[in-house]
Amino acid sequence: MRHTISVLVENKFGVLSRISGLFSGRGYNIESLSVGETIDPKVSVMTIVTSGDDWIVEQITKQLNKLIDVIKVVDMTELDHVEREMVMIKVSPRQEDKAEVLRLAEIFRGRIVDSSSKAYTIEVTGEEKKIAAFVELLRPMGIKEFVRTGKIAIAREGIKKS
Amino acid sequence: MKITGSEILIESLKKEGIKHMFGYPGGVVLNIFDLLHDEKELQLILTRHEQGAVHAADGYARATGKAGVALVTSGPGATNTVTGIATAAMDSIPLVVISGQVPTMLIGNDAFQEADIVGITRPCTKYNFLVKDVEDLARTIKEAFHIANTGRPGPVLIDLPKDVTTSKAEFHWPDSVKIRSYNPTYEGNKYMITQAAHMIAKAKKPLIIAGGGVISSGAAEELTELAEITQVPVTMTLMGLGGFPGTHKLSLGMLGMHGTYYANRSVQDSDLLIAIGMRFDDRVTGKIDAFAPNAKIIHIDIDPTSIRKNVRVDVPIVGDVKRVLTVMNKVIRDEVKEPWEEMRKAWARQIAAWKKERPMTYDHEADIIKPQYVVEKIYELTKGDAIIATEVGQNQMWAAQFYQYDKPRTWLSSGGLGTMGYGFPAAIGAQLAFPNRLVIDIAGDGSIQMNIQELATAVINKLPVKVAILNNRFLGMVRQWQELFYQERYSHTKLDETVPDFVKIAEAYNAVGLRAAKKSEVVPVLKEAFSIKRPVFMDFVIDWQEKVYPMVPAGAAIDHMLFPEEKKKPEKKLRAVK
Repeated sequence: MRHTISVLVENKFGVLSRISGLFSGRGYNIESLSVGETIDPKVSVMTIVTSGDDWIVEQITKQLNKLIDVIKVVDMTELDHVEREMVMIKVSPRQEDKAEVLRLAEIFRGRIVDSSSKAYTIEVTGEEKKIAAFVELLRPMGIKEFVRTGKIAIAREGIKKS
Repeated sequence: MKITGSEILIESLKKEGIKHMFGYPGGVVLNIFDLLHDEKELQLILTRHEQGAVHAADGYARATGKAGVALVTSGPGATNTVTGIATAAMDSIPLVVISGQVPTMLIGNDAFQEADIVGITRPCTKYNFLVKDVEDLARTIKEAFHIANTGRPGPVLIDLPKDVTTSKAEFHWPDSVKIRSYNPTYEGNKYMITQAAHMIAKAKKPLIIAGGGVISSGAAEELTELAEITQVPVTMTLMGLGGFPGTHKLSLGMLGMHGTYYANRSVQDSDLLIAIGMRFDDRVTGKIDAFAPNAKIIHIDIDPTSIRKNVRVDVPIVGDVKRVLTVMNKVIRDEVKEPWEEMRKAWARQIAAWKKERPMTYDHEADIIKPQYVVEKIYELTKGDAIIATEVGQNQMWAAQFYQYDKPRTWLSSGGLGTMGYGFPAAIGAQLAFPNRLVIDIAGDGSIQMNIQELATAVINKLPVKVAILNNRFLGMVRQWQELFYQERYSHTKLDETVPDFVKIAEAYNAVGLRAAKKSEVVPVLKEAFSIKRPVFMDFVIDWQEKVYPMVPAGAAIDHMLFPEEKKKPEKKLRAVK
């Protein structure tokens, strides 16, 4: 099963390498990883999407907690939470598809962040399913480039899954 | 007054109470070594290889319980420490390794003798530091020792660029250290401990498995108390030897791949395992699916990742073994009163039957020197009072099986990593810590050659380490596997005539060399060696065909043990060393 794990770490040199080294050294899988500073510049948050059975995910969270620079580990999957990811897609549609691309962008609440005579770059934010659906619809139109931020997640306030 | 980084380092080590360290000089640590030239309180022991320095610091740490310290130069000096660091990491041994680094300005430039040692050692240290500012140095050293010595102990590396050793700062030694993201759990959960105590009372066939955690937390007494009150037998992992008296009537000796028949049978038949400070290594469990099929498991360990890593656990208790056992013993004394002796009778009878069926033994009648005989005689002559270090392989297993360890910190062996070449420098480290004790490295002719250069260290520092080489002219443990599982195809394990003359080597280093080629010479050689106050190499020309038994083949359940064939194969002739 997939898990989204949020890891608060000291914002220090080498921390990312300690985390990624833990995953590669122990054969755990990283599907996506995003890192950024928190409100406190001395602390970063990493959102890691990984997969494994309960046994493995328990080990992953324990091993993360064991790292000296890790302040807190939260398995978001166990909580009610909001997940988002942003993608930027560069499409170069044929003349007759251009309107369809713009219409799809609008339906998915995307924004055109760059356009030229040959291509549009569309920014879309959302949950995994929404992004996957958007990509599928755009695919026949000719996707030239595709970048994504990796998932970030935050717990909803006050409600915990029992 | 401002002082240099080198001075801060030395002052900090003194504040930490460090009297000895091991090391090797080089370009970027010259400023530190220059200070050591006049230093009186802090002694550096020059080894002959950086790996030897780290193993010596490790042996010092295992024998004393306090972090060992090694100081080396950058590049190759630093990379040579990696095996030693990994050895300590696998066995949870506290070390602080200080490596020099090229000046901060040059880092990343592929400078002369530059290696990214922080990157290289990241996965085999508990933590590591690169000090970029001399202002951070004293606090970093304090943190390094704190991390190395507390929680589940382990090695910490401090990488120190040359310019930091010359820059100046005020010296402020912090009184205490607080790392917000590092808070080991020491106190076990009381509810879990109580639950465990009641399970012990209900169990019909309980068994304690004691690991290295018993020794690192100093819980040998508490463990003995628990076993004696509840009359639960105790088996030990390789790392746990000495954590419970080997001569105690409740001791079953070691379990696992080369464990005793009765220990392994007890594990498989047990209905409750109380695992204390151990981590269910594959050499302990054998085939994991077939391990202890009838047992519930109580697991006490300070490291939560050790729990439920390899085996299912019914009652996990995260905490310091000593503190947990103290509480558990109290709960048992106050709340759980049982007619312990009476209720354990059937189980004790069963175990006694297994002990009788397959005791630990070997061919006592043989004319040729059996390695077990040598180990047994070492035990008898030292009355079990020596500190024993080992190399890795057959020598290590025989030393584990035929010497009884009654006290913690008398057994120094590379358990997790299985590092050949560990024992001799580790023995040197232990001898430095305890100059008046008898320290013996039980070695093989293969392993001893991996750090034989440290003989110079022992001689020059008057460290009278004794090395008992069980010389079978083979890389014996691999040969044993080849004999049993690879149709006796001895690929690259036959050293034979290439084994050097260890007596001459000893003499060349100005140490003492003795040889026993006949069984009758074993005891005289040992007695002579133990009476000499100098380093001694003892070359025991042993039966090359002898194997370590019992043996659980890799991947088999631990009660599927091999024993020596009843019918002996015709002796094969192999040229003995002169």
